Amino acid sequence: MATDRTWIVPVAVLLALAALPAVLTPYSQDLVLKIAVYAIFALSLQLLVGMTGLVSLGHAAFLGIGAYVAVLATGDGGPASLLWLLPAALAAAATYALFVGVLSLRTRGVYFIMVTLAFAQMAYFVFHDTKVGGGSDGIFLYAKPVLALAGTTLVDLDDKRQLYYAVVAALASTYALLALIGRSRFGHALAGIRINEQRMRAAGFATYPYKLAAFVIAGALAGLAGLLLAVKDGAVNPELLSWHESGAVLLMVILGGIGSLRGAVIGAVAFTLLKELCQSEALLGPLAGHWQLTLGLAIIAFVAWLPKGLIGLGAPGKTRAAQRDG
Amino acid sequence: MAEPLLRALSLTRRFGGLTAVDGVWLDLNRGELHAVIGTNGAGKSTLVNMLSGELGASAGRIELEGTDITSWSQPRRSRAGIGRSYQRTTIFPSLSVFENARLCAQARTQRPWALWQAAGACATSGAAAGQALAATGLQDVAQQAAGLLSHGQQRQLEIAMCLATGPRVLLLDEPLAGMGAEETERMLALLTELKRDHALMLVEHDMDAVFRVADVITVMVDGAVIASGAPDVIRNHPEVRVAYLGEGH
Amino acid sequence: MDLATFLVQCLNAVQYGLLLFLVASGLTLIFGIMGVINLAHGSFYMLGAYLAFSLAPLFGQQFLLMLAAGVLLSALFGFVLEWVFFSYLYQREHLQQVLMTYALILVFEEMRSLLVGNEVHGVTAPSWLSGSFALGALMSYPWYRVFASVACIAVAAALYFVVNRTRLGMMIRAGASNRDMVRSLGIDIRMLYRVVFAGGVALAALAGMIAAPLSSVYPGMGASVLIICFVVVVIGGIGSITGALLASLLVGFVDTFGKVFFAEFSGIGVYLLMAIVLVWRPEGLMRRGY
Repeated sequence: MATDRTWIVPVAVLLALAALPAVLTPYSQDLVLKIAVYAIFALSLQLLVGMTGLVSLGHAAFLGIGAYVAVLATGDGGPASLLWLLPAALAAAATYALFVGVLSLRTRGVYFIMVTLAFAQMAYFVFHDTKVGGGSDGIFLYAKPVLALAGTTLVDLDDKRQLYYAVVAALASTYALLALIGRSRFGHALAGIRINEQRMRAAGFATYPYKLAAFVIAGALAGLAGLLLAVKDGAVNPELLSWHESGAVLLMVILGGIGSLRGAVIGAVAFTLLKELCQSEALLGPLAGHWQLTLGLAIIAFVAWLPKGLIGLGAPGKTRAAQRDG
Repeated sequence: MAEPLLRALSLTRRFGGLTAVDGVWLDLNRGELHAVIGTNGAGKSTLVNMLSGELGASAGRIELEGTDITSWSQPRRSRAGIGRSYQRTTIFPSLSVFENARLCAQARTQRPWALWQAAGACATSGAAAGQALAATGLQDVAQQAAGLLSHGQQRQLEIAMCLATGPRVLLLDEPLAGMGAEETERMLALLTELKRDHALMLVEHDMDAVFRVADVITVMVDGAVIASGAPDVIRNHPEVRVAYLGEGH
Repeated sequence: MDLATFLVQCLNAVQYGLLLFLVASGLTLIFGIMGVINLAHGSFYMLGAYLAFSLAPLFGQQFLLMLAAGVLLSALFGFVLEWVFFSYLYQREHLQQVLMTYALILVFEEMRSLLVGNEVHGVTAPSWLSGSFALGALMSYPWYRVFASVACIAVAAALYFVVNRTRLGMMIRAGASNRDMVRSLGIDIRMLYRVVFAGGVALAALAGMIAAPLSSVYPGMGASVLIICFVVVVIGGIGSITGALLASLLVGFVDTFGKVFFAEFSGIGVYLLMAIVLVWRPEGLMRRGY
């Protein structure tokens, strides 16, 4: 099992994140914020893919639902209170995750991948084609949510600085929650299901409820990322639920390293920066317009030559058992 | 005599046109080692899978101490006391030997909502794992990664994982597969020790081993039972000699 | 809804379903035989459509000839693609296959953008297939759609014949159930895979070519057809061509009549169908088998 030192690096990173606003330009701050939100998204998928062994290609649906609920529930009447907006977004994402999970977990392997993709596409259609969302243009969020108690506003997410710390706090909480799950009985059972589900059943574990629970929790956490994304961008659009988004977050997880929480965060950083790189005219000139080509080739290269992800680079001697601790 | 712990009553399984298990009657009693032998394709593995709950029955019943468990899922049967080991080693290679046993033992005290407690600190499953490893002689390698054990040790771990769940009935599918002479001796000693407090069912190909440790032997051919009784009876049974032993080993 | 309208919708449903079948059969063959999940399969459909757009000026009225040329070209493309890329994917985990084929979509999209641009195009049907015939007093049905259905049925029949009545088909069916056995029988499994893959690509491209005059030729067409194909494969069962046919027709009907009755929510009808099948028979309508 992990030594007591494994919390040092995450805490150091957290402290560094907290200190960053003092030294960064607004553009860089926005980039860091974007990476942080995507890190939460990637961490939520890591629970499914890395810890439970369920490869979902439809995880963006929950990101999108969290985002849309944040905007739709706010409505036109001024800033909404986080006290109910946050639970509402989480609950909406979790509810759809329950629906998708109950049905898709009846399948395995490739079927599961296809079914999760299909259900995400279904959600995409609802927001893209119907009057529920604002159609393909999306909707704007004019009034950012606040946290107010007894008349005084404690947190106003319209303030860039406060939003930054809120996101960092959310990231830290998500990381801590997943670390806790990882070392708990629930997490160990998920690991057993990932490694050898048949043996778990023979031992007496009803594996379906465990997988469903992981699926719903992962969906809820993705919804959290969605809400933060909506607040950060001040807008939502249906592409948040597209399979490009689902593919991207899956890439982040594999890029960073499956099975490791740090890997999810590293993957979010790496992918976002990689995409920025491919789209940067300053660095790539005319190729920047065709960033899909460079990004696609880069992904193929990564997956082909670094199957263990970036985290596999720094620790060639570690067994995978140790790497999975965090 | 006490009631059998596990009974199969006219158990049948069909796959389309093929009848893999044909009206099998079987009793497993506590303190008894019941071996099931037969040629390849006789339906032995299918029978084990039906008793453990991985495969449903086309007809017939299974009773655990009088309760009809035919429709019960495998996890439910396991929690009720039916454990099994697999012919193909089904361990968790990337986890330590101790964790392999502890995780199986955790099935008894699952408590998935207790997120604040570390699994490793769970006293109940830890103790059960310790006992299971001690019983199978693996306590010295407890911290090693299970995937690094020798084949014989992995087969022992198979049994330990089965024991860790505290079963009353053990269904063992070819536990001696691929073992050398010394490892076989150790395993047979373990089985003889285990049968005191459990009902053991053994599916095996190693005839010498079977005739040494079994109290009851059932012989299957083409899915049906052709003979069942004490080893001496089976040894001299004309049909058995023709169908099975006569083919050489 | 009067009889004529109902008939038109039925014909539309069948025609859409049959086109879907062509694409889905390629997908399910490739997955059933080689065990590779290919997210880029929709790109082959798009390839076909853009091929039709590019070749139409060259072939003029020789539509059938153009289709044949397109099939040959796309089969060749598939052959090479399997050789240089897909053959390396067979040993990898599903997750890696998913990601690499997803990256392949990005590459294909960009290549298309570089070679043909991003505009939406139309392809006109040849004059001997244009026009419609009367159906009842008020409705008419385009000849081209009839042609599309007939062409798909012909391909389906040919596919059935090849898979069930030829030596190649026998090797395909054997390879689907036991790869190692086929190899030990001395059959060059790598060549078999290459041929199957090329066939799958050609099927999808042919569907795209036939569909080109019906729907416009636009960049996102690969993505939309792919996901529907996944639904078809889930409903029909992986590796089952009969299942793909049944499921495609089912999807065709649900989608077509869904649009008539449920307007803006019609898009989700197909997924609800999939949900129902999952509740009832998670392994697909046909389980395994041809």
